[in-house]
Amino acid sequence: MSLKIIVLAKQVPDTRNVGKDAMTAEGTVNRSALPAIFNPEDLNALEQALRLKDANPGSTVTMLTMGPPRAADIIREGLYRGADNGYLLTDRAFAGADTLATSYALATAIQKIGIPDIILGGRQAIDGDTAQVGPQVAEKLGLTQITYAEEILNCENGRVTVRRHIDGGVETVEGPLPIVITVNNSAAPCRPRNAKLVMKYKKAMVPLEKPAEGLPYAEEYERKPYLTLNQWSTADIDADLQQCGLSGSPTKVKAVENIVFQAKESRTLTASDQDIDQLMKELLANHTIG
Amino acid sequence: MANYYTEHPELRYHLENPMMERICQLKERDYQDKDKYDYAPQDFADVMDSYNRILEITGEITGEIIAPNAEGVDAEGPHCANGRVDYASGTKQNMDAMVKAGLNGMTMPRRFGGLNFAMVPYTMCAEIVAAADAGFSNIWSLQDCVETLYEFGNEDQHSRFIPRICAGETMSMDLTEPDAGSDLQSVMLKATYDEANNCWRLNGVKRFITNGDADLHLVLARSEEGTTDGRGLSMFIYDKRDGGVNVRRIENKLGIHGSPTCELVYKNAKAELCGDRKLGLIKYVMALMNGARLGIAAQSVGLSQAAYNEALAYANDRRQFGKEIVHFPAVYDMLAIMKAKLDAGRALLYQTARYVDIYKALDDIARERKLTPEERAEQKKYSKLADAFTPLAKGMNSEYCNQNAYDGIQIHGGSGFMLEYACQRIYRDARITSIYEGTTQLQTVAAIRYVTNGLYLSVLREYEEIACSEAMLPYLERVKAMTDKYEVAVNAVKEAQNQELQDFLARRLYEMAATCVMSHLIIQDATQREDMFLRSAVVYINYAEAEIEKHLRYIQTYNAELLPLYRQA
Repeated sequence: MSLKIIVLAKQVPDTRNVGKDAMTAEGTVNRSALPAIFNPEDLNALEQALRLKDANPGSTVTMLTMGPPRAADIIREGLYRGADNGYLLTDRAFAGADTLATSYALATAIQKIGIPDIILGGRQAIDGDTAQVGPQVAEKLGLTQITYAEEILNCENGRVTVRRHIDGGVETVEGPLPIVITVNNSAAPCRPRNAKLVMKYKKAMVPLEKPAEGLPYAEEYERKPYLTLNQWSTADIDADLQQCGLSGSPTKVKAVENIVFQAKESRTLTASDQDIDQLMKELLANHTIG
Repeated sequence: MANYYTEHPELRYHLENPMMERICQLKERDYQDKDKYDYAPQDFADVMDSYNRILEITGEITGEIIAPNAEGVDAEGPHCANGRVDYASGTKQNMDAMVKAGLNGMTMPRRFGGLNFAMVPYTMCAEIVAAADAGFSNIWSLQDCVETLYEFGNEDQHSRFIPRICAGETMSMDLTEPDAGSDLQSVMLKATYDEANNCWRLNGVKRFITNGDADLHLVLARSEEGTTDGRGLSMFIYDKRDGGVNVRRIENKLGIHGSPTCELVYKNAKAELCGDRKLGLIKYVMALMNGARLGIAAQSVGLSQAAYNEALAYANDRRQFGKEIVHFPAVYDMLAIMKAKLDAGRALLYQTARYVDIYKALDDIARERKLTPEERAEQKKYSKLADAFTPLAKGMNSEYCNQNAYDGIQIHGGSGFMLEYACQRIYRDARITSIYEGTTQLQTVAAIRYVTNGLYLSVLREYEEIACSEAMLPYLERVKAMTDKYEVAVNAVKEAQNQELQDFLARRLYEMAATCVMSHLIIQDATQREDMFLRSAVVYINYAEAEIEKHLRYIQTYNAELLPLYRQA
């Protein structure tokens, strides 16, 4: 069975090697001091997508990312490993998005592309570590979701079987397509870039990356449409501007401080509405949030 | 993330040598594939950009996968069961990554699924892989056997076999037998023609076969019954899918543990002839060996660099007498000479690869059309240079990498003798480089005719005409004087007109020639990139000058009357 797969991926500052100048005085990430990389768990997700493609001939893998023009790197990195195409959501109106506005933009773009069979993404991005975007996309699209996936074991007859990483072990779950799956870093590492694909796609870029004074190899772009990557603005996906970027982001950063985790005691909750409701009230009461 | 390619900018410097423009033009046939294949380059800048990117990928894979696996592969090694080889688990991971990255059949034309890479960037990949794990580099680098299949096989064989190598299947060259090591004329593996099935059958035993359970084997066998010399040998292709060859055992070796060295038993194994009968040894194996020797030279340079890196890191870390040992003259003397040998040896390696590239590309063009007289002259010139330089690059780099591995352990002191540090693996792995694909003694045999016929001397005199920087001028003068001494030594040996004396002194003459060549190359490099090579140029020439002096003194004092005192039999 051929599958349509979308991989959600993000370009992030490499927070794994943080120096003294990693944060600005205002408490936001100093992006210029950190190299921009492919979010590590999104690479794990990409590998799962490519394995599905290998196992199901005729499948397509589409990269979807949001960011400044240079985030087109994410699409190229996907193409170098075997993805078929990609979309970059880039627009000043997308800037400053928290997880709510991000998932809105991604979900709206996915609707525009067409709901695929499987949407894969990393569990979380190393800049915010919220692990919210994948689940929010699923909710907005009304799709089933499986989080913390380690391996997609099987996909047939409209159902997918996934081994997921849980506290103290693993569990195997099944869900119906279409589905959103977020992938853990305990999943297989992503395959390397392929030499032929790198040579094929190395000149690929979104229109905004093209220099004003004209391109070297301009004529090659005319002959090879795959060298011009899809670039979408808010208008291209018919987005509601109120729900995009800063205006669509209720998250406000109050302060950023260094803390050392000292989890001396822990509590286990069930996933029942009642337990979650109780916890939220507690956290609000002691001002951990809000 | 560790990346051998980006961390050693010397490679990129050598990649960007001015000769590359001609090499790429020939290899790419003036970029004729640009509209045929989506991954073919548009022009020179484009192909160089691609080389650079693919080298970066190779550096990344070796840094992130192959190097971290090396210790485990060394400990685990491959296993043999039911006549088959099972690689170490790390080796399988390494191979999987290289195949997925599409780094197989790199030099093959695109119509077979290859990358159509020149030898220079391919050789760089081989160096990079070897620096991470020399054992694995054998398995991966044996892909260059496909060059021989490409050069001498027919179209039908090309279309059946080359795409499989490009897709990641492995190769071996089955030459050595229990009684035929350096002396391959004695090969006895029997090839008989099976009239009923219209194919050849191989029977016998091969020994010390690297990656002996490969998918495709090039086999040297005796096809002419009743013959006893090299003229009775032909080359065959054995396809593992046909069966008939089993691995009897894997050798237990000092080093390169990841690389399975096999004893093979051929029982009526179906095979097909590659090229013409009787040319197996005298033509095809010679071509095969020249390619393999360049590969070992690359492996040696990778190991040299790895030995230097480990030693330098340890010397910067280890404190004695209140300071890091790198500050002691006795230690930095060793390190400086290690680096100088490495830089000079690498210059020789890539100069050789460039010579090989030009003549091979012209050879290939000659299969498509008649060469112009200018092209024929160019082909002849570079073919000869490649033939003369290959034994220098292989012999000298393999000796240097052993010397560097030895000094590398010395710098580690007692810790280097323990099995905890990588330097001991490098030392064990390095040891084979001066033995296989022709010992250093056989490299001398291959090179000596270019000592006596004056080719090295004329190359050295030509190098003297290449302009150098002001800083290098005094060094160039010293190298000219070294070359004069080399000339004196060669003439002294030739005038004696004694073959045994010449054989006896050949190694010294060979080293003198190679040392002078490397001195010139490092001067040229320091002229281009003073920041990168000035120190190595100075250190190397100080070292080389003393070496030349030593050899000349020895040769001048020696005479044929002394030979009986040396004979041991």
